Amino acid sequence: MELQAVLMAAGGGSRMMDLTYNTPKPLLPVGNRPLIWYPLNLLERAGFEEVIVITTKEVQKALSTDQRLKLDVKMKLNVECIQEDADMGTADALRHIQQKLKTDILVVSCDLITDVALHEVVDLFRAHNATLSMLMSKCTSSRRRVPVKKAEREQRDFVGVDSAGKRLLFMANEADLDEGLIIKKSVMRKHPRMHIRTGLLDAHLYCLKRSVVDFLVENKSISSLRGELVPFLVRKQFSKTSISRREEDHSDQSQKRKDATAALDEALLQLASERSCWNDHSGDMSEAYHGGRLRCYAHIMQEGTCYRVNTLTSYVEANRVAPKLFEEAAVHPSAVISERSQVGGDSIIGASCHIADKTSIKRSTIGASTIVKEKVKITNSIIMNSVTIEEGCNIQGSVICNNAVIGRGADIKYCLVGSGQRIEAEAERTNDVIVGSDQLMEI
Amino acid sequence: MADSEGNERSKQTAIINHAADEGDEKSLAEIQKAKNEGKELTKEEKLRLRKEKKQQKKGKKDDKGPTEKAPVKEKTANPPASSQPVTQNAAQKAPSAVSVPVSESTAPTDKSAKSKAELKAERRARQEAERASKQAKKEPGSQAPSSKSKAPPSELQPAVKRLPEHIQVDDPAVVRKLAKKLERQQKSGQGTSLNVSRVKIPLRSDYGYKVSLFSHLHQYSRKAPLTQQISIPATVIHPSIVRLGLQYSQGIVAGSNARSVALLHAFKQVIQDYSTPPNEELARDLVNKLKPYISFLNQCRPLSASMGNAIKYIKKEISNIPSQCKEEEAKKKLLSCVDSYVNEKITLAAKGISKYAIDKISDGDVILVYGCSSLVNHILCEAFEKQRKFRVIVVDSRPRLEGREALRRLVNRGIRCTYVLISAVSYVLPEVSKVFLGAHALLANGYVMSRVGTSQIALVAKAYNVPVLVCCETYKFCERVQTDSFVSNELDDPDDLIVTRKGKTHLADWQSETSLGLLNLVYDVTPPDFVDLVITELGMIPCTSVPVVLRVKNVDQ
Repeated sequence: MELQAVLMAAGGGSRMMDLTYNTPKPLLPVGNRPLIWYPLNLLERAGFEEVIVITTKEVQKALSTDQRLKLDVKMKLNVECIQEDADMGTADALRHIQQKLKTDILVVSCDLITDVALHEVVDLFRAHNATLSMLMSKCTSSRRRVPVKKAEREQRDFVGVDSAGKRLLFMANEADLDEGLIIKKSVMRKHPRMHIRTGLLDAHLYCLKRSVVDFLVENKSISSLRGELVPFLVRKQFSKTSISRREEDHSDQSQKRKDATAALDEALLQLASERSCWNDHSGDMSEAYHGGRLRCYAHIMQEGTCYRVNTLTSYVEANRVAPKLFEEAAVHPSAVISERSQVGGDSIIGASCHIADKTSIKRSTIGASTIVKEKVKITNSIIMNSVTIEEGCNIQGSVICNNAVIGRGADIKYCLVGSGQRIEAEAERTNDVIVGSDQLMEI
Repeated sequence: MADSEGNERSKQTAIINHAADEGDEKSLAEIQKAKNEGKELTKEEKLRLRKEKKQQKKGKKDDKGPTEKAPVKEKTANPPASSQPVTQNAAQKAPSAVSVPVSESTAPTDKSAKSKAELKAERRARQEAERASKQAKKEPGSQAPSSKSKAPPSELQPAVKRLPEHIQVDDPAVVRKLAKKLERQQKSGQGTSLNVSRVKIPLRSDYGYKVSLFSHLHQYSRKAPLTQQISIPATVIHPSIVRLGLQYSQGIVAGSNARSVALLHAFKQVIQDYSTPPNEELARDLVNKLKPYISFLNQCRPLSASMGNAIKYIKKEISNIPSQCKEEEAKKKLLSCVDSYVNEKITLAAKGISKYAIDKISDGDVILVYGCSSLVNHILCEAFEKQRKFRVIVVDSRPRLEGREALRRLVNRGIRCTYVLISAVSYVLPEVSKVFLGAHALLANGYVMSRVGTSQIALVAKAYNVPVLVCCETYKFCERVQTDSFVSNELDDPDDLIVTRKGKTHLADWQSETSLGLLNLVYDVTPPDFVDLVITELGMIPCTSVPVVLRVKNVDQ
């Protein structure tokens, strides 16, 4: 077997607590499908037959019992549960399941919605015998108004790639840089041309060698893949005492009886690369890859969709775009829509909905089992499951979570209505976040 | 009746003319007999026919004359005497041949209208005539091939040699056949596995407009790798083979020796991970498992002659594994075979060749090399270590610019080098004392197949009377015969020819120009007249001795 897929679905969605305080992030509906469906679909289309899903017990229960969360995946899901309050980082999770990992791994995050051709990332990993290969995308800025509590400014990521745009030379987050960007002279000597980009979105899709997992087991101090391991690997490419030597020690300990054959194989590979007349760079006197054993590559998507649903903005954005990725009937066959209502072409109606007369639904997503009464106007909104919207409401640019009830004649503009909330009749809310009192207490 | 007889006569004339053109008296007799066979298939006649055929094969022609007359007289035939054309080549046979039909013509005719049996008989007659004539021609030669000549029947002309499939890309029927063959290979390989998904080995599609002279070859784009069409965790094809195919198609492993070594390394991984399914023999099953892998690699990049020989060797070793051998032992034996092959044919051969070649390098030499040949680089580095004083001129060409890599390796060792592009070759040649060239393969007629541009250099060197030495290991000798670079070659990605300078790419949309084609050839053949010496580990031989080496190798194996 070549690659094992690992899906990280235990994240809490810390940047959109309003949405996730009741519903775990992997189960948030996007285009009327749970968020976890999108990476699973990506893996299935690529040809994976088995996925290891790391998630919480709550999610596992919901996935197996809840009928509304249709997953429709033919792959075998090995669900590994971790405690929700254990505060495990992604690297800790990998350490937790290290017994199950037998080959190189492909780590995917559950909030990734993309239509990338996975072979581009994996080919870099295979062809160059890389230690790490990841996916990045040119960020598309969103300009729509979305309900936000306060302006969220994200820390920038500085990513340095070589002139071909494939090899990762530098990676740091603004938060980690105290004064300025420091680039080592050894890097500049080996790669005189470096492109540093800040507008890239990290898709959290990594191909890692098996030896990296062993390294993680040894170094328990690393807890996050993205935050700590990846920058560490990128830095280690150019350090003299490279990680590869330590990796070799580990592999020697674990495969003592295969030492002789492995050494012979290495010799053959070495001979092949010596005899090959290929070099990845030209102009200096060093051999291919500058003799470095550790290599990190990134595939930067120029076109196509790639979203990470970890903020409210991106959630709304994804809801708008995700349904277009997959050919699906916009209106579920079991929805009951009266003839005198207007449902726009780019809206999605979930299963068992009731849409009454004289309603107008434009560019919105309506979840399953939602009841929309007469004379309601819904524009640019996301209505989740089992919501009741009484007559005469006007909902614009809002997110209404599960089981909410919007009273008669309410006018909701650019709001976020939390799970199970009741909006009283004739209410007028603009740019507001209406959540339950228990959520307020958490803050 | 008369008409039918007339028809028969004309038919006979045609047959006899044909037979006479073969110049064989036996065939005439056979025709008559076969014709008569159609009318009366008595057992006696059949037996006699068989006996006579046997006698003919033994070459007793003269004795047959009288014996043939007898049965023929009984039969009815009306070969007119006039139908005996004088176009018989074998003069000695002519009199007896003429006498036979003449005697036959006296016999009465019983022929009825043409029947299916008679048509069949005529066809059979034609076949036998052809066969007999072939045997007659081959009798002075060796006896062995005559048995093989029976194999392709039913063609009037001598059997047409079939073109290999990989150079018939412009024929859609052949491409379809190849696709089906890939499918079949995949399914047969999966026969005993539990895998449910039936993934075929994908067919890589051609890219771009192909220049008409080379439209029979494949042209692939590097941006459309074969891995696009197979599932990501490569279960159907072994991961190391997928990795190897990728490295081939992206050019990371390039050069004849490197490709063979990498191939053998991948095969070692395959053998290590292999486990014999129940009720199967390792010898046969492993060979079957390797077939789809080889097709896959062929789709990524056409196999080189050295790779072909390595594959043949491995397949032979695998099939020679005795069935009672246990799996672990068999695997260990195979792995050691691979290692010894690499050691003998590549590593030690390189040492042997450099020993011979260093003798040819004298102090003060100016040596010209082309592109990056691992063997030539090795020789030069060894010579430098043995304190020979020489300098090197490295000739390079677009689009691969492999000379830069050769230059880097030589300068790293401390050798004084000059670097020119191939357009400057005639300017530097007056200073050059020897030309060392590497080879991709050595063909059976003495032609050298090497990187495109090599024949150019050999030609110019010949014009300047500079000796050209080709260095090639014997495992690259192949039994193919080729006299030009068109019939079998490799087309690389045409987009490699496009160059971007100062941000401007002039040929960016070359495909929209209908009258423009980009051609990126990889190999060319150099005739043996331009090559003065071939240095192999068996010694220094002239180019024309390649078939001798091949024969000796085959005998050894």
